[in-house]
Amino acid sequence: MSILINKDTKLITQGITGKTGQFHTKMGKEYANGRNCYVAGVTPKKGGQSFEGIPIFETVKEAKKATGATVSVIYVPPPFAAAAIEEAVDAELELVICITEGIPVRDMIRTKYKMQSRNTRLIGPNCPGVITPDEIKIGIMPGHIHKKGPVGVVSRSGTLTYEAVGQLREVGLGQSTCVGIGGDPVNGLKHIDVMRMFNDDPRTEAVIMVGEIGGSEEEACARWVKDNMKKPVVGFIAGVTAPPGKRMGHAGAIISGGKGTAAEKLAVMEECGIKVTRNPAEMGKLLRAILK
Amino acid sequence: MKIHEYQGKEILRKYGVATPRGIPCFSVDEAVAAAQELGGKAWVVKAQIHAGGRGKGGGVKLAKSPAEVEQHASQVLGMQLKTHQTGPEGQKVRRLLIEEGANIKKELYVGMVVDRGSQRVVLMASSEGGMDIEEVAARTPEKIHKVAIDPMTGLAGTEAEDIARKIGIPEKAVAQARDFLQGLYKAFDDTDASLAEINPLILTGEDKVLALDAKMNFDDNALFRHPDIVAMRDLDEEDPAEIEASKFDLSYIQLDGDIGCLVNGAGLAMATMDIIKLYGGSPANFLDVGGGASTEKVTEAFKIMLRNPKLKAILVNIFGGIMKCDVIAEGVVTAAREVHLKVPLVVRLEGTNVELGKKILAESSLPIISANNMADAAEKVVAAVRKTVNE
Repeated sequence: MSILINKDTKLITQGITGKTGQFHTKMGKEYANGRNCYVAGVTPKKGGQSFEGIPIFETVKEAKKATGATVSVIYVPPPFAAAAIEEAVDAELELVICITEGIPVRDMIRTKYKMQSRNTRLIGPNCPGVITPDEIKIGIMPGHIHKKGPVGVVSRSGTLTYEAVGQLREVGLGQSTCVGIGGDPVNGLKHIDVMRMFNDDPRTEAVIMVGEIGGSEEEACARWVKDNMKKPVVGFIAGVTAPPGKRMGHAGAIISGGKGTAAEKLAVMEECGIKVTRNPAEMGKLLRAILK
Repeated sequence: MKIHEYQGKEILRKYGVATPRGIPCFSVDEAVAAAQELGGKAWVVKAQIHAGGRGKGGGVKLAKSPAEVEQHASQVLGMQLKTHQTGPEGQKVRRLLIEEGANIKKELYVGMVVDRGSQRVVLMASSEGGMDIEEVAARTPEKIHKVAIDPMTGLAGTEAEDIARKIGIPEKAVAQARDFLQGLYKAFDDTDASLAEINPLILTGEDKVLALDAKMNFDDNALFRHPDIVAMRDLDEEDPAEIEASKFDLSYIQLDGDIGCLVNGAGLAMATMDIIKLYGGSPANFLDVGGGASTEKVTEAFKIMLRNPKLKAILVNIFGGIMKCDVIAEGVVTAAREVHLKVPLVVRLEGTNVELGKKILAESSLPIISANNMADAAEKVVAAVRKTVNE
């Protein structure tokens, strides 16, 4: 077991003919069971061609119909990426993972609005993707640092997730699934959604939750953990030293009731029983200590 | 991206948002001519810088005659205006806005911002205008009213009227306030704004609503479709190091400390700053070189960090995923040679080909301190700074 994706997942690469789409489709295909997972690509006006033996279709609907794929990964450039998400939603895929960085927020607000009554789950945008080690890799993370094991990882950041995974390897722990939910303000699954799945996944025994400054999603997740989580959770929040107001317009903090600083997030997480560390080099060790 | 008040008002007027009449000026002569053109008996001389709190800092002055306009304009233009948002050195005033005086009966607040919670644009309004909205939120949160706006239908007339009444706009001005708020949302939406703040929104003696101030920020990701807004960018208002960094697709923010950090990925970059602090040091900057840390990018990143006179050491922390560590090591060595690096350099590499990368660093004959993990790197760079200070 794992969450979201496994060795039997069939997926479509949207934007398969671009440089990034090609590179990461090839890497994904070479990873574990990737050869059987990467079944289709979509690029308008390039239907009928193929890449590395993967057939290319005009639309997601056609690709789904021909291959039975239920998941897509998006490497489409920012101006067209939100429309690519909507196409995957309209084709009623189960899961869409959008790697693209730099999508206008206004586009994402509209796309999320249209997704309200739909069943498709979205991960990202602006995320590294999802990996179930030794089974399937969807996204831009380095496959070789991962290995199968009992720890679930959920994070808003890319390289900081790799850092957490690298530390788990140091202490001899593998991962059930690693999910990068992305750093954009308007996005798909949140920490809390992924945490729920890890709670229900029999193969996940503990979770590392990595967050960063801004918003109050980590707090919402922490409160849920307090009331529902059956497994230990280790947490880290990046940005204790980040200057206030440099990235967010200052009115942004008001809506969430003045929340959003790393210190506040860490305090709430601690209160809710999450084992937090303020040292980003100690995530792996802390988890090892808890699992013993 | 940020713009000036007068530019924000120019945009808003196109959407039917009422503002006082005003003219932007770059010299004292222009300011006097502007006052004459506007006519009337009172004018406001307003410093145009991107930071808020201009009034308290002495950047906004009321003039009762053209002579006073001249006097205030010559005083404000060229001054180093210090506000709570500029930092201690202040910001030089290079532009003015000369505006007709307004008959203020009441000061209110409206703002629009993208809200993570509702995943929509939210309109916030308050009867408490003219002061920091953060203070209002902390002291009297019940005085802030919010509406999450439907992205498909926009701000509904009834929603706008409801908010107007809640912040104390009298019945006879409600219709005009509704048009004002709907125009503000239309402007926000059409321009891909990330923030719009009217503080204060005023009710005049004639019971009309006017935007006395206007602050607008825009989503950098959407600038590709707004050349008209990009044209409003004022590079004088931005940190030269940050401008230089953006040319090379580097994300750089200068901080107060003395340890420069060069990292791939924003989250890891923040975590690197955090761990420097945790080990008793102080980060000089945030610098994310992104996914593809080429030799050219690393060299430029070094140059930008070295512009900072406070810099005493550099920490490079790269988790090379797809990027190979040997390629990054070559880049670091080339960059360090090219800039004739004189401050201690600590490098932590992790990921593909890490051993090869470390070998390249060791054989470079450069005094590079190699670190095995983040904690080791932070400890070593903090120690290197202490040693420099003691010498």
